[in-house]
Amino acid sequence: MSAIDIVQIVGIGLIATFLAIVVKEQKPVFAFTITVFTGAIIFLFLIGEIQHIIQMLEGLASKANIEIIYVETVLKIIGIAYIAEFGAQITRDAGQGAIASKIELAGKLLIMAMAIPILKLIIETVLQLLPS
Amino acid sequence: MNHDVNKIFQIAGIGIIVAMLHTILKQMGKEEYAQWVTLIGFIVVLYMVITIIDDLFQKIRGVFLFQG
Repeated sequence: MSAIDIVQIVGIGLIATFLAIVVKEQKPVFAFTITVFTGAIIFLFLIGEIQHIIQMLEGLASKANIEIIYVETVLKIIGIAYIAEFGAQITRDAGQGAIASKIELAGKLLIMAMAIPILKLIIETVLQLLPS
Repeated sequence: MNHDVNKIFQIAGIGIIVAMLHTILKQMGKEEYAQWVTLIGFIVVLYMVITIIDDLFQKIRGVFLFQG
């Protein structure tokens, strides 16, 4: 992927916006599906780059002798955040702010749940350090 | 990529055509047919959207190490 691709992404976004405006006059439902579709396409466009970044992070982590389970947890948290953000933004665009808030709440709670094992490990380590 | 971008135009085209058919059928006094045309057009478009969303979620699962 080169720097010129940003032009492509902006072009797709602008074209989709115009089409959505044109269609919204007649049928708002189709305008909404255009929005969802464009979001998915741009995300698909970017996910290859995200994969490269993550492979680099994994390489660094293995060189630094960090256990893979921690890196995996962090990656899963990033993934949850991405998906929740995608869903919440689309839902909010469609005018359902309440559902969007619930999606965000679910994302936060799941991230919290994923972080619990690490949190537990930290507390146990601190307790071991304390003189009994 | 090109294939996907073409689908945006397809969706917009389906939307405009369905709106036209809806108006024409309504003018002819066939109210219930107009509703059916809208519904079927929406289902076709929804199928396209769901296909690409499925693709996107599979890729996210692959990249962010969601196995379960």
